[in-house]
Amino acid sequence: MKSTPRFLAAMLLGATATTGSAFAAGTHPVTGEALAEQQVFTYRVLDEHSSVDPQVVEDVSGSDIVRDLFEGLMNQDAQGRLVPGTATGYTVSDDRLTYTFSLRDDAKWSNGDPVVAGDFVYAWKRAVSPELASPYSWFMELMSIENAARIIAGDVPVDELGVSAPDDRTLVVSLSQPLPYFPQMVTHATTFPVNPAAVEAHGADWTKPENIVSNGAYVLTEHIPNERSVRERNPMYWDAENVILERTVALVINDENTALTRWLAGELDRTEVPAGQFPRLQKEFPGEAISFPRLCNYYYTFNLSESGPETFKDVRVRKALALAVDRKIITENILAGGQIEAFTFTPAATADFEVPDVEIASMSQAERDAMAKTLLAEAGYGPDNPLKFEMIYNTSESHKKIAVAMSQMWKQKLGVETTLANMEWKTFLEVRANQGFELARGAWCGDYNEASTFLDLLTSPSAYNDGKYSNAMVDEMMTLAKTADDTQAIYTKVEQEIADDVPIIPIYHYAGVYMLDSDVGGWPVNNIEQNWYSKDLYKIAE
Amino acid sequence: MTAYIIRRILVAVPTLVILIVLCFFLMQVAPGGPFTSERPLPPQVLANIEARYGLDQPLWKQMWDYLVGIVTRFDFGPSFAYRDRDVNDIIAHGFPITLTYGLISFVVATLAGMGIGVAAAIRHNTWLDYIAVGATFSAQALPNFVMAPILVIVFTWQLGWLPGGGWNGGQWQYLVMPVIALSTSYVASITRIMRSSMLETLNSSFIRTARAKGLPEHKVIWRHAMKPAMLPVVSYLGPTFVAMITGSVVIDVYFSTGGIGRAYVDSALNRDYAVMLGVTILYGGLTVLFNLLVDVAYAWLDPKIRY
Repeated sequence: MKSTPRFLAAMLLGATATTGSAFAAGTHPVTGEALAEQQVFTYRVLDEHSSVDPQVVEDVSGSDIVRDLFEGLMNQDAQGRLVPGTATGYTVSDDRLTYTFSLRDDAKWSNGDPVVAGDFVYAWKRAVSPELASPYSWFMELMSIENAARIIAGDVPVDELGVSAPDDRTLVVSLSQPLPYFPQMVTHATTFPVNPAAVEAHGADWTKPENIVSNGAYVLTEHIPNERSVRERNPMYWDAENVILERTVALVINDENTALTRWLAGELDRTEVPAGQFPRLQKEFPGEAISFPRLCNYYYTFNLSESGPETFKDVRVRKALALAVDRKIITENILAGGQIEAFTFTPAATADFEVPDVEIASMSQAERDAMAKTLLAEAGYGPDNPLKFEMIYNTSESHKKIAVAMSQMWKQKLGVETTLANMEWKTFLEVRANQGFELARGAWCGDYNEASTFLDLLTSPSAYNDGKYSNAMVDEMMTLAKTADDTQAIYTKVEQEIADDVPIIPIYHYAGVYMLDSDVGGWPVNNIEQNWYSKDLYKIAE
Repeated sequence: MTAYIIRRILVAVPTLVILIVLCFFLMQVAPGGPFTSERPLPPQVLANIEARYGLDQPLWKQMWDYLVGIVTRFDFGPSFAYRDRDVNDIIAHGFPITLTYGLISFVVATLAGMGIGVAAAIRHNTWLDYIAVGATFSAQALPNFVMAPILVIVFTWQLGWLPGGGWNGGQWQYLVMPVIALSTSYVASITRIMRSSMLETLNSSFIRTARAKGLPEHKVIWRHAMKPAMLPVVSYLGPTFVAMITGSVVIDVYFSTGGIGRAYVDSALNRDYAVMLGVTILYGGLTVLFNLLVDVAYAWLDPKIRY
């Protein structure tokens, strides 16, 4: 029995070698571009990934690998729209509480077994089981799957989860409340299927290359911790004949400047651009230095809890500070990578969301500064009685530059005296989560592409509301949004309320800033969540 | 001598136990824990995870279970950051890498440093001495975190001779830059110590006697001056050896070697308690061992020292 996996792996490798890619040295079936002989994509990752177990993975670089190795019910296309994955489609009941997914009948595991609905049921139960204790089990709770929360709490057995497989091709999901963006959430790694036999046979070691069984377009063939991981085309994948890229290699390179040097030396196809270097690189490598909006925001949050300073309870003070920050200097001079100035919380690129008009956005910086001065004077602060507070951020070169710039702006324009304090990451998180701060840096990347992933942060029950902002109107509106048909009107109101109440100072919205070789085709720059699939990439002949 | 060595080994055991206990409690004092994240986990999820790793037990119990695991099963515990690896896996993967480039760097640094140092001392106040001293100062002023990226720029990007990083099972192309970056400042230190110690020895009376009885200069140097002149170098080499084979986070970060240095720093940042403890025990054990070896080497080099 012990030799079986190795035997299988050898068989698979053999199969890859003999079938090869039908496309190598041919042309792309859609774009007609000439394809390169070597279909290998090599990219840089900052750190070793946490895991390639779909139910355990919690970091972005791990999820990128998992998305290649496993295929969930639905995938995303280059625009981030839903397209069929292992499921060919779904229907939803009239009360919007039951989703029924139909699974394709040609989906196979890398060992040749068919992918059945029961594999999804097994995986989803696994995700919420207290025994696995997944750090991402909360995602199933967020999906509003019936009983998920109670299972995680240990109140009911795992088998009570609202998911079932009436037959091998049908997956039925029951929700505890209607959730308009539920279908988007099944593109998330936590919901991907696993092969029950493989998991049972190897325990925590099932994700090692010699044990893993997966159903995605690629199989994991090599993993050297802290060095690299390699995934290769899976001949058993149902759509294998349309997969062009033979191999994807992720190299762990901690230092981004070294990574850039190695990109320049041609060792990498993709790497991140260090802050401030984008304009220079764009001039030197037009078309290869790219920047596009991301689903993340960067802000500072006031501590509005009991332990917070009295001064911040005055909205005039908060507003004055928010007004006096010249975002343009931060986005154009410090970061200089196509980041977008932010006056509202939710990034503009979020699906079905339009940034509402708020007063501060339409003013000139001179007008904002004048208004800030007036407001702060009204609140009783001036040269004789300067406003003083401490702002904290986690140790990082670019966070520091931004914090220094902000404190200088406040000092010059308003005479405010700020003390800067940087903290090591875990210490920072601990201090911030326990309201041991006055003004703290914050950033958030959407868990799914919908405005509530951001705005929920500012509701009173949110565990991520570090400033303990509490506004009954915001809470009520966000509860309403969960079941509303027209969410834009609600989100507009919430954003306007936040702009008036200023519990946070939005600074900018993220941009993905990459060096991407011009011979890489199919990179989904318009997928704001940057959920990319190697199966959609290809290398163009040079 | 044997009795001395046994005594030293017996003292090492309580030293290591104190190290483990201190490290264990210091870790707990550091703010945050292994599962503190930007998205705070719901309390129930956190409780499930802590129960999985036994972190819900009282501290003394965790400490006890940990020690029992080490003694009875040689099990240093699981990694909290990586589920499919435990501490033994992480050390077994990272330490041989570090040991390889550390050993090579050590040999390079020792041979080069002693060679240049002796040569500079013999040719005192000549152009060779001046160049050696000048180069040593420059090399020491150039920290390896500056040198590493420069090496990558020159050898990988400009010349295209060497891969910019990775380990690849320890192929020589992947070793060149890490060894240069790690050994340079040690070469400089050893050269300086060797040179001044050799100069001092060459001025001592027994060397004058050796010369006076007409011994050829090479015999004076190798037979009489070398051994005593090496004493300060040897006492420097002991801790240096441990420092080099226990890894350099700079080398691991800039050359993606995957060594234990980076894993150690990561474990501290991730609050990956068991990994942090495991590597600390490894480092502690090696330090104790090599201090002992240095003391033994001393006895061999200097007949005045007796234990």
